[in-house]
Amino acid sequence: MAKYLLLKHYRGAPAPVNDVPMDQWTPEEISAHVQYMNDFAARLEKTGEFVDGQALAPEGMFVRYDGEGRPPVTDGPFAETKDLIAGWMVIDVDSRERAVELAGELSAAPGAGGKPIHEWLEVRPFLAAPPTITE
Amino acid sequence: MDEVLLRSLTPSVLAVLVRRGADFAAAEDAVQDALIEAVRVWPTAPPRDPKGWLVTVAWRKFLDAARADAARRRREDLVDEEPAPGPAPAVDDTLQLYFLCAHPSLTPSSAVALTLRAVGGLTTRQIARAYLVPEATMAQRISRAKRTVSGVGVSPARAKPRAWGRFDRPGDVSTVLRVLYLVFNEGYSGDVDLAAEAIRLTRRLAAAIDHPEVAGLLALMLLHHARRAARTAPDGSLVPLAEQDRGRWDTALIAEGVEILQAALARDRLGEFQAQAAVAALHADAPTAEETDWVQIVEWYDELTRLTDSPVVRLNRAVAVGEADGPRAGLAALAELDASLPRHTAVAAYLHERDGDLATAARLYAEAARKAPDLAERDHLTRQAARLNTRRRR
Repeated sequence: MAKYLLLKHYRGAPAPVNDVPMDQWTPEEISAHVQYMNDFAARLEKTGEFVDGQALAPEGMFVRYDGEGRPPVTDGPFAETKDLIAGWMVIDVDSRERAVELAGELSAAPGAGGKPIHEWLEVRPFLAAPPTITE
Repeated sequence: MDEVLLRSLTPSVLAVLVRRGADFAAAEDAVQDALIEAVRVWPTAPPRDPKGWLVTVAWRKFLDAARADAARRRREDLVDEEPAPGPAPAVDDTLQLYFLCAHPSLTPSSAVALTLRAVGGLTTRQIARAYLVPEATMAQRISRAKRTVSGVGVSPARAKPRAWGRFDRPGDVSTVLRVLYLVFNEGYSGDVDLAAEAIRLTRRLAAAIDHPEVAGLLALMLLHHARRAARTAPDGSLVPLAEQDRGRWDTALIAEGVEILQAALARDRLGEFQAQAAVAALHADAPTAEETDWVQIVEWYDELTRLTDSPVVRLNRAVAVGEADGPRAGLAALAELDASLPRHTAVAAYLHERDGDLATAARLYAEAARKAPDLAERDHLTRQAARLNTRRRR
């Protein structure tokens, strides 16, 4: 088994095919989308492949250490960062192919007009723990 | 093995040990040991007096541990002070446990965890799942909290009661209430219904102490809990108060909440929980959203502003003013508040919609969705924006 992170971006990913902001959908289309996402996570729980899913608020900031005895420096929130993560799902699957297959399904979530969004999701493998048998 | 019985007895057994002078962490360990013993022994030899059995065994476990500890550290004073065994005034003991678990030296998250563990008798795993953190993290949080309050336990054998003796003053009950309120507000996640648990604990507190604000908080919880089934649609989305199917409100809980609230108000010692419960009761009293007595609700928010001067209360007041005196009056009340307040934008969107300015309302709903603190609210606000944008297109 290998863990993969499926990353959804507010900004930074290539534009989806069905690129309409959510507040321009109908309420029913929003409900259908939410239902699809919930069903997707529930199905992966049943197959034993779901690990975690979280959504992030768009507003955040950068923070760094500023030396002994000083408070950390903060910067932001930035209105126009190039890359902005909206949330993620972590899956634990048997192969890279399965990870790609699931990301494809997630990207097919319905959007405006009830049609798939074709949203670009970033798929990143986790660095695993070292195996017990190495030779 | 009756788990419910065991769980209901745990806090009072723990409280007896703490009252007898056991420090909190050691008492908790001893009670856990006694529970393990009970699970082993009871199925074949059920006790006639389960609580008495648990107290005896837990106290023995505590003494064993204390003796071993004392031998190690050459500290034997506590063992010498062993009080005569006997039934304890259970109600007072339980009350002391509430105070200890809500001790001001604890952070809110620690006080919540310790209260659920020690007073509620939940397992660490259940609490961890309810708050969506790893079990090891919750175990550490609880054990740190136990260590923190261990130093403040009061021993009747000691001449001078230590720090938390001052909790005997009823005014300090507010710390306990804040903890219970936090548990209630966390709602439902995992396999434990935190709202129901908070109600259970508040009921027990209300039985142990005669205090109008305890009654006020209990009434507030009951009145909100009564609406729970109506608050979410089958697909999990939020249903705002005005659109809820009032036929699905739990009338028995409402009746109980109103009765408790009225008895508390009659004592003329108003506090913030009673005032909040009064607002909830006025909503519960309206057969339809249109029949809501907004004028009286504004008056209660005025009382609340006087009692707490909280910006959140002022925000809710602006909504109520918008209903009582029209959206323009609501917007005027809103204009006096800091725009960075949580939900300020959502309230502005709502009032603009009521005022007929759908374009502004839709824009503000979308903006409010971006600032929403949780997913359900974000989806709800996005849907509101979508609803207005759809209507404007037609």
